[in-house]
Amino acid sequence: MTDKLLEVKDLEVRFRQGANSVYAVNGVSFDLDQGKTLAIIGESGSGKTVTSRAMMGLLPNTAVVHGSVKLNGKELVGLSEKEMLQHRGLDLATVFQDPGRSLNPTMKVGKQIVEAIRLHLPLDKKAARERAVELLGLVRLPLPAQRFNDYPHQLSGGMRQRVMIAIALACQPKILIADEATTALDVTTQAKIMDLLIDLQSQFHMALILISHNLGLAAQYTDEVAVMYGGKIVERAGTKELFSNVLMPYTRVLLDAVPRLDRSAHDSLPSITGGAPNLTSRPTGCSFMPRCMTATDRCREQAPPLAEEEPGHEVACWYPLHDHAALDEVGT
Amino acid sequence: MTDVLLDIRDMVQEFPARAANGARGVVHAVSNVSLQVRAGETLGIVGESGSGKSTLARAVLGVPPPKSGDVFLKGTNIARLKQKRMREHMRDIQMVFQDPYSSVDSKWNVSRIVGEPLRAFKVGTREERRKRVAEVLDLVGLDPNVYGSRRPRQLSGGQCQRVAIARALALSPSLIICDEAVSSLDVLIQAQVLNLFERLRTELDLAYLFIAHDLAMVKQVSDRVAVMYLGKLCEIGPAEDIYRNPRHPYTVALLNSIPDPDPSRPRVKIDDQISGEPPSPVNPPSGCRFRTRCPRAQEKCALEVPVLQSVGTEHSVACHFPVGSENAAVSEGVTSGSVSVNTSNDV
Ligand SMILES: Nc1ncnc2c1ncn2[C@@H]1O[C@H](COP(=O)(O)OP(=O)(O)OP(=O)(O)O)[C@@H](O)[C@H]1O
Ligand SMILES: Nc1ncnc2c1ncn2[C@@H]1O[C@H](COP(=O)(O)OP(=O)(O)O)[C@@H](O)[C@H]1O
Ligand code: SF4
Ligand code: SF4
Ligand SMILES: [Mg+2]
Ligand SMILES: [Mg+2]
Repeated sequence: MTDKLLEVKDLEVRFRQGANSVYAVNGVSFDLDQGKTLAIIGESGSGKTVTSRAMMGLLPNTAVVHGSVKLNGKELVGLSEKEMLQHRGLDLATVFQDPGRSLNPTMKVGKQIVEAIRLHLPLDKKAARERAVELLGLVRLPLPAQRFNDYPHQLSGGMRQRVMIAIALACQPKILIADEATTALDVTTQAKIMDLLIDLQSQFHMALILISHNLGLAAQYTDEVAVMYGGKIVERAGTKELFSNVLMPYTRVLLDAVPRLDRSAHDSLPSITGGAPNLTSRPTGCSFMPRCMTATDRCREQAPPLAEEEPGHEVACWYPLHDHAALDEVGT
Repeated sequence: MTDVLLDIRDMVQEFPARAANGARGVVHAVSNVSLQVRAGETLGIVGESGSGKSTLARAVLGVPPPKSGDVFLKGTNIARLKQKRMREHMRDIQMVFQDPYSSVDSKWNVSRIVGEPLRAFKVGTREERRKRVAEVLDLVGLDPNVYGSRRPRQLSGGQCQRVAIARALALSPSLIICDEAVSSLDVLIQAQVLNLFERLRTELDLAYLFIAHDLAMVKQVSDRVAVMYLGKLCEIGPAEDIYRNPRHPYTVALLNSIPDPDPSRPRVKIDDQISGEPPSPVNPPSGCRFRTRCPRAQEKCALEVPVLQSVGTEHSVACHFPVGSENAAVSEGVTSGSVSVNTSNDV
């Protein structure tokens, strides 16, 4: 039997807060094959980071996790911290938004890579050092042997993010999670880092999960897109399919609100009012209902399940948009 | 020229600094930049971080004043005024920053935050000020009865940014400088705030200096766009021209580095457009400051500083070898519409 590289099933994460709870992730399921790239997009607070941290076993102990995360068939949910260390960094690695905060400011960057390597691999200092310089070259840091001795503050934001990628790659993980890894960078630097990430991803045949607000990045750099809202995946499809055939009203709103170069200056941007859903109670019905133009009583009462609407295209909505298009055509 | 509101002439701003090797040096943050903002228009400024956008904006406000150059506001040279007279003119220019929470006082409630500039300038009676606060809160779409008594931490990021905008509007300025004012907001809220800026512009006849590093966002709201690199103005022109017919290699790189939210359009390899890392502003490259990263650089670029030259109606570029000049006959001479650089926004 061939196991999927990653299988996430009915993942739920709730944070205990005194007598209350925050229902951050409410039944997320997806899988990912080796060498594939998946974008997770959605508004702030939709549960993207919590989902990825649950996979890494990196949640605080106020978190209650249910469901299953399988890596090559092996269950990760419920593992002890010690057992999880066998996977984190080795099989699964992450690059976060803020390289300034993830790096130790008082330690030379080369040494930080050496430590990451020696945590997992039985290399002596010299071999680890050689590997670290090799990694710095791999992430296209100019003059890697010299940069090895730099402190983080001596590097630009883009260079620090390259160092973070080098650390993530230290043990050749099977899955790399980039959580807003380029958000804090300039557009030109962002493009360079994304080109680098995608080159490395295909060179090492890694799976890449790209978490981002930036729909352009999802469109240009991934095979598949999952849209999250209120702690659930509300739409999932191949990237080309998703962007050309949106089925979920929320996804439509999200895509339309992005400024793009092919819009004329001063065009007003379609947007909606209202905020992200309040997660302090378990949602009944569709969580997008209060902001949805096409909601009915059914949406209020029953939560739509994520179901395959068209081949390879899943959506959680009682009234997917193609129905409206069909209705319009009948009407005209 | 019609109704110039703000006229920046030959502005230079420098800061003392230490170079990497410890030697004393000077940060050339803004070098001989001239720009105009007309009444009621939005001038966008783009450029990567460190290109001098914020320094330019702060020098306009005199915090600190520019090292040299002039800043005319409605004909008065405010760069040459004494602090006290300067302040009177400053009513006419207000600023909105990137992080809404840190730009407002977290201990004050919304009404007090928005009314603060009115008090500082001793405008009207208490009752008149209260009315004005309610008025500008209404303008930005916040019900004064609901939000007036809230503190910043009881607001979402978008709401807090609206409060900062309301405060900027309180004194009825002619110009608002937005420095990355929507960059940290979520897309849906970002769209709301951008739409709000647009509505206020038409309703109140405001002008904006709209600073951001994302050209797509800047284009959305701008009549004209200025591109800066390492303290220098590279290109300036009408927003549509800059996008359809960019002439400076750096503008081209900026445009190509924006990931297209249409996956069917191929992506451009950015390393071919702009190489390496930005050089230090302490020792900027000789000649053209972009030359160390420019794919078109030639010997002349190291020897001579390119000056801003007109390449079309209101469109100027500072480059010895502007993009598109090879086939200038094609891009400029054709009127039939048979040759188009990018027609995707005609549909
Ligand atoms: N430690 C925690 N305790 C309580 N609630 C939490 C905790 N961490 C996250 N949450 C909540 O879980 C929800 C999902 O958060 P998450 O960080 O996954 O959002 P996100 O989609 O990554 O957002 P962003 O785009 O802003 O990064 C939010 O409502 C958040 O406030
Ligand atoms: N007070 C200051 N002292 C020293 N250097 C400064 C100061 N303010 C800005 N700079 C430098 O001036 C240059 C331009 O900065 P800034 O205007 O903030 O750029 P931008 O807003 O385009 O990102 C940068 O190199 C920056 O480090
Ligand atoms: S289920 Fe109903 S409320 Fe939810 S997105 Fe679909 S139509 Fe809108
Ligand atoms: S002047 Fe030379 S180096 Fe500068 S942008 Fe033009 S071609 Fe490139
Ligand atoms: Mg997050
Ligand atoms: Mg700035």
